[in-house]
Amino acid sequence: MAYSDKVIDHYENPRNVGALDKGDEQVGTGLVGAPACGDVMRLQIKVNDDGVIQDAKFKTFGCGSAIASSSLATEWLKGRTLDQALEIRNRDIASELNLPPVKIHCSVLAEDAIKSAIEDFRRKQAAKRAISQPEAKPAEPPQASKPADPAAEQARVSEG
Amino acid sequence: MAVKLPIYMDYNATTPVDPRVLEDMLPYFTEKFGNAASRSHSFGWTADEAVNAARERIAHLIGAESGNEIVITSGATESNNLALKGVAEFYKDKGNHIITTTIEHKAVLDTCKRLEKQGCQVTYVAVGKDGVVDPEDIRKAMTDKTILVSVMLANNEIGTVQPIAEIGKITREKGVLLHTDAVQGLGKVPFDVTSTNADLVSMSAHKMYGPKGVGALWVRRSKPRVRLVAQMDGGGHERGMRSGTLNVPSIVGFGKAAELAVLERPAEAARTRAQRERLRTIIQDGLDQVFVNGSLEHRLPGNLNLSFAFVEGEAIIMAIKDVAVSSGSACTSASLEPSYVLKAMGVGDELAHSSIRFGIGRFTTDEEVEYVGKLVVEKIKGLREMSPLYEMYKEGIDLKSVSWSAH
Repeated sequence: MAYSDKVIDHYENPRNVGALDKGDEQVGTGLVGAPACGDVMRLQIKVNDDGVIQDAKFKTFGCGSAIASSSLATEWLKGRTLDQALEIRNRDIASELNLPPVKIHCSVLAEDAIKSAIEDFRRKQAAKRAISQPEAKPAEPPQASKPADPAAEQARVSEG
Repeated sequence: MAVKLPIYMDYNATTPVDPRVLEDMLPYFTEKFGNAASRSHSFGWTADEAVNAARERIAHLIGAESGNEIVITSGATESNNLALKGVAEFYKDKGNHIITTTIEHKAVLDTCKRLEKQGCQVTYVAVGKDGVVDPEDIRKAMTDKTILVSVMLANNEIGTVQPIAEIGKITREKGVLLHTDAVQGLGKVPFDVTSTNADLVSMSAHKMYGPKGVGALWVRRSKPRVRLVAQMDGGGHERGMRSGTLNVPSIVGFGKAAELAVLERPAEAARTRAQRERLRTIIQDGLDQVFVNGSLEHRLPGNLNLSFAFVEGEAIIMAIKDVAVSSGSACTSASLEPSYVLKAMGVGDELAHSSIRFGIGRFTTDEEVEYVGKLVVEKIKGLREMSPLYEMYKEGIDLKSVSWSAH
């Protein structure tokens, strides 16, 4: 596969590899993809009290462009508000990395991972607020969630 | 000792031309350029003599009686096409059933698919988890319409060597022709047409240190006499089975490569097997969750196909970019599907995506093996540090219990 210099750079010097504490209520975790499909991304964000992403980490099982897409996503996420983060589109990632057409799905997966991490963070926040309410619901355990879950949209509306 | 980069470790894909082969070829490009079919002058006679000498060497490689049974082709893809289509067409009044396996090269499988569209029945016999076909499964697939069995001598991806001699007993007993695509096995494992009862054998020069673009189909001439319908019309070369002016320099090279394969096979097989085992030992001692795909016992000496759980094949190839290897991962194939060979032997998609094929050959050095082994261990460790799956595995999470979102 002939990759752009940017993909090679992110692959060889991946930014922000690692893990954040899943139990931290300021941390949102997105786990998307499937081993059988050849790519799984886990993207985590740490959000401060002002609603700004102060840290982002990833781990990815996948090809060079999957690793590069998630590495780039973590770079872009830092310093953004959640709403700004949700504006990141797969085509932005694909064009920044100059991904070949057969690798566009890697950038789609990165967008899904961003949405999923934000969704997880907002779910945790909602659960935290609900603790004091009678109809409290426990936070769900982390799992590979479906991308573009309507709940994420609702959460965005309610919080924004 | 320093090794020279890049390192070629993909000998199942192709091999370099041996310098001794090239040396024999060179005069046939220039001063000995005649057309082997020219009967009226010495230029033609010289070329014809060289081609016939090469045929004898090629025949000798497979233990065949005479070079006259060798039909020169452009390579094994053409040989496989000619064998299957030529037999199906000639023997169509006798029957229309062909038996092959699920792990054959595409040149056999896709030819079978075309023949099915033309009215043939094809049975694709499954292989075991070890990537080896059970001859009894071939026997069970036989019908009174069966005319041909086609099973490869050795698999190109996983290197498993098939029991051709056992299959040959069955085909001979049943009066059915046996074709074998012997490309990967020649010069690596013992093979001869007499003890195996093979009737048609496909060969390729470039897998055995000869030039690309030339191959052969051996067609048995007696007991039984095998007949084919030519698939290329023209001047009636190759006893009418394959028309086209002969590529004399390449055929000379093929002949020399065949001679060297006979002479060097015992020592070369021992050396490459030892190097293969050394590579496997370094990697499996240095890493957990590394699996060998295909039988180690019934295997080409220089082939090692490994699945590195929790890391993806293309990422591995990028990580060891100074080492030329290949992968069964979808990400490295045009079809975006993982290897059908690994699938056919029951390897799950996850591990198929994580597979790497190492091919060791004539010019592989011990230093290269040491270098590659250490590099692979170091790079896989790095990729696993980046893999969420490895982290989950280490935490004791059963990856099969996670509800993944397929995409």
